[in-house]
Amino acid sequence: MKLDLKSVDQIIGKYDGEDSWLVMILQDVQDKYNYLPECALGRVAESLKIPLSRVHSVATFYSSFSLAERGRHLIRVCDGTACHLRGFTHIKEEISRHLGISEGQTTKDKVFTLDVVACLGACALAPVMAVDGRCYGNMNAEKVRVVLDLYRREKRH
Amino acid sequence: MIAVFESKKMPLVKTVVNGKHIEVERDRWALDVLLEMGVAVPTLCHHPAVEPYGACRLCVVEARKGKWTWLTTSCDLQIREGLNIETDTPSVIRSRRMSMELILSRAPHVESLQRLAADLGVGRPRFGPHYDIGKCILCGLCVRVCDRLIGASAISFVGRGRRRSVTTPFGAASESCTGCGACIAVCPTGHIRSFVEESALNIETWNTRLEMIDCKVCGTPFTAAKLLESVQGRLGKGGSLERVCSKCRRLQMCKRLGEAFHQV
Ligand code: SF4
Ligand code: FES
Ligand code: FES
Repeated sequence: MKLDLKSVDQIIGKYDGEDSWLVMILQDVQDKYNYLPECALGRVAESLKIPLSRVHSVATFYSSFSLAERGRHLIRVCDGTACHLRGFTHIKEEISRHLGISEGQTTKDKVFTLDVVACLGACALAPVMAVDGRCYGNMNAEKVRVVLDLYRREKRH
Repeated sequence: MIAVFESKKMPLVKTVVNGKHIEVERDRWALDVLLEMGVAVPTLCHHPAVEPYGACRLCVVEARKGKWTWLTTSCDLQIREGLNIETDTPSVIRSRRMSMELILSRAPHVESLQRLAADLGVGRPRFGPHYDIGKCILCGLCVRVCDRLIGASAISFVGRGRRRSVTTPFGAASESCTGCGACIAVCPTGHIRSFVEESALNIETWNTRLEMIDCKVCGTPFTAAKLLESVQGRLGKGGSLERVCSKCRRLQMCKRLGEAFHQV
């Protein structure tokens, strides 16, 4: 796939091309493209004058980075201890049923990606899911559908 | 990226190793000192050509300073005044066995690991890999050698946790690998496979294929073209490399020596 890498250059410029900012640069690149495209990583390595192997290593180390294309909205269901006990399985199943995707997958229309994480830090609200970093607590099947439809509708405008 | 090993003269400090009082240069790696003294220490991620990494945890010793005692890897422990090191306490033995068992469980069929395990009194590991991970024990020697010594940085650790592995970027053919074979030489388990086929060097594990150069005497392909190029680059004008394989070179040398001998 051909991508316009101008934004990558701009991001790197913002950090004065210093390799100690690698993680922040990757974060910004991911914010821009929704994932880390292979060619963008190549450009980052080239511009920062560091080996591509190092960039790739860092990009695969943090679970918040994704090398695969993702949907516009990222759903993270919590499978931490509290959420696991309070019904994570049901919540995940309901999302899967509603969207037709399982863990790590993206819907065909590229709207949603489903990830499972360990503890979102809101255990008192268990079971919890987050969409694009926004937390939804005390979930049940009904609420899952409501929240997801909210995001799906948003897409139409 | 190429490492320079300085040897600054450091003052001598007093240390105790297994009850023996010695004087050693400050800041030296404890493991080096132990090995020099003839103390047996098992290691898997250590190589004198690269800096210590502390990955395998087999070289643990019990260190004591003042009232503090702690279990620590000796390969990255620096000698200081008043440091007391014990290498065969029950907790050292227990720790080494556990680490060995975990390492062996990743690659239970590797003979070199089995032997080391047997030396430490570890038999069949209680755990097992639940998926195929080859023979790699993630010691990081290949990564460090490729990065620090060769300067190619063709491979790196990828992923984390149980999915961690060593590979080229995106698992694709490496653009920076020169085919030097240093990774193969340092790997303690033989994980990195390579073979020569149709005058190309295939480093299978890194999905990389490199054209080779034929020896101008016997015509056998003997080294990767890229390697010759990179070595020539390092030599600069300081010398030129002959495209002769080591076998033929030895033969030539013998002949020359023979002639010289007869002339006397
Ligand atoms: S491939 Fe060999 S040298 Fe490299 S990390 Fe794995 S075991 Fe160590
Ligand atoms: S366990 Fe789910 S938020 Fe902590
Ligand atoms: S040799 Fe020290 S941790 Fe591996």
